[in-house]
Amino acid sequence: MTVIFTKSKGLTELETHYCPGCTHGIIHKLVAESLVELDLLNDTIGCAAVGCSILSYNYFNIDMIESAHGRAPAVATGVKRVHPEKTVFTYQGDGDLASIGTAEIVHAAHRGEKITTIFVNNAIYGMTGGQMAPTTLANQKTTTAPNGRDVKHCGMPLKVSEMLAQIPGAAYVARVSVHSPKAVRQAKKAIKKGFEYQMAGIGLSLIEVLSTCPTGWGLSPIDALLWLEENMIPYYPLGVYKSPEEA
Amino acid sequence: MSRTLMKGNEALALAAIKGGCTHFFGYPITPQNEIPEFLARELPKAGGVFLQAESELAAINMVYGAAATGARAMTTSSSPGIALMQEGMSMLAAAELPCVIVNVQRGGPGIGSIQPSQADYYQMTRGGGNGDYRIISLAPSTVQEGAEMMLGAFDLADFYRTPVFIVSDGMLGQMMEPLDLPEKISRNLPAKDWTAVGHGGLRKPNTIKTLALDPVRLEQINNRLQDKFARIAEAECRYETYKTEGAEIILCAYGSTARIARNCIDLLREENIGAGMIRPQTLWPFPNRAFRNLTDSCRQILCVEMSCGQMVDDVRLAINGRIPVSFYGRSGGIIPVPEELVRQVKLILGRK
Repeated sequence: MTVIFTKSKGLTELETHYCPGCTHGIIHKLVAESLVELDLLNDTIGCAAVGCSILSYNYFNIDMIESAHGRAPAVATGVKRVHPEKTVFTYQGDGDLASIGTAEIVHAAHRGEKITTIFVNNAIYGMTGGQMAPTTLANQKTTTAPNGRDVKHCGMPLKVSEMLAQIPGAAYVARVSVHSPKAVRQAKKAIKKGFEYQMAGIGLSLIEVLSTCPTGWGLSPIDALLWLEENMIPYYPLGVYKSPEEA
Repeated sequence: MSRTLMKGNEALALAAIKGGCTHFFGYPITPQNEIPEFLARELPKAGGVFLQAESELAAINMVYGAAATGARAMTTSSSPGIALMQEGMSMLAAAELPCVIVNVQRGGPGIGSIQPSQADYYQMTRGGGNGDYRIISLAPSTVQEGAEMMLGAFDLADFYRTPVFIVSDGMLGQMMEPLDLPEKISRNLPAKDWTAVGHGGLRKPNTIKTLALDPVRLEQINNRLQDKFARIAEAECRYETYKTEGAEIILCAYGSTARIARNCIDLLREENIGAGMIRPQTLWPFPNRAFRNLTDSCRQILCVEMSCGQMVDDVRLAINGRIPVSFYGRSGGIIPVPEELVRQVKLILGRK
């Protein structure tokens, strides 16, 4: 018998609590595989953030620190300034990073902190039950925007990667997705690059990963993947927004 | 170290380095700026790291991150900045992360003033953060005492795996006094085997966390924390008495105000009025036993604060109705003078 797939050593044996069809599991796998392939697993400290992924410390086979809502980049700064030789990353959702934590991510980038941020954007607050996020699309229905996001009332969705790419201390900023096998492979490459740039000491790397929330969106897992492709990608174009290679 | 003249804030900064501080994260606010300014200059020379954060929120969370890896991290601020940090303090206490936090108090509420105040007593002893937690609060009343408390603060924090406050104020921070920094006496400390530094493939991953969704589990955690707080309350309570023997009135004051109360007592003694003082050196744990030890000669207690009356609550709890307790305070950044305290004591005792 030939083994064609094994669970990454970067993940624990625990079953995740994520909803069926949620893409956090895929993104966890990509982060874990990247750390293993770069031989960083033993010397990595992850910072979990408030949101569905707060329990990620149960799933990653690494030392982790739970952070208060939005503050993971500040916590990671504290860690990295003590241990500059270690690998430090934050794993944050869009409610955490793009709303309550905007100051912390902007200034971590501004200082050029040598950390990697995995920014999971599913355009909604998942854990609290599907409320509107700064990233919620125009006219998208949520529990706190029952008639759809009225952009005159609460603004256009925030484009985090485009915004952070303007900051000199941000070394690598890319937006990827996990809605198809091809997209997953590209996402993995970007995440791996993010860690490589961190270890090269170039500056902050942020990988925005477009993700689904079938429960919050009220869609089946398959329809959620289609919805992401048809609605999120046109407003949040995939690509590399900042790279040391182009500089 | 030879005897030198130093500002209170700078003495705290110097003693922090001598006490083992390796990482400082902070945000500018008056009247504590001499601490970060001193550390920006001196901490890197001692092999440490100084980093100015974008906000008090970020600063306390940087302390949280550094402490989670086992570093001896510190932040300093003043009243409104401390208010902003309360979220992080609840996290630090819950995750049992040792660190040192200095509050150089200024007038409040709101943005208030930049003058000396003690209106953060509640903030320093009750917490502004959520949940059941306590933080050790050390309250010096001289530049020398502040430096000595700071010298041992990191050991104290590490010993109990808990944050430690040093409660100063704008007067203590800005005044200059002679300082004779003693050699640090180190405690025997437990190994830091709980830190998040990378498992090295040698052990199971360590997790620093406070979330406990199972109510039974969270209650167990709370009970364990309360046991620790009880041990601290038993072992770490500190106070000083001044001329309490045979006194008919006891003043209770801490920090800067205790200096003024001492002068007031000396003036009263010259007039043969039996006054003494209990000066809490720890605000939490509060020195209840100092009040239990009072003799029958004491007929009145007067609590004096640079606030509208906060510590007086703890004095009343300690006295538990046995002796009348009254309060005198100035606020807004006004420092009381000994003569007005003398007048207040005479009023209470019915003397002219």
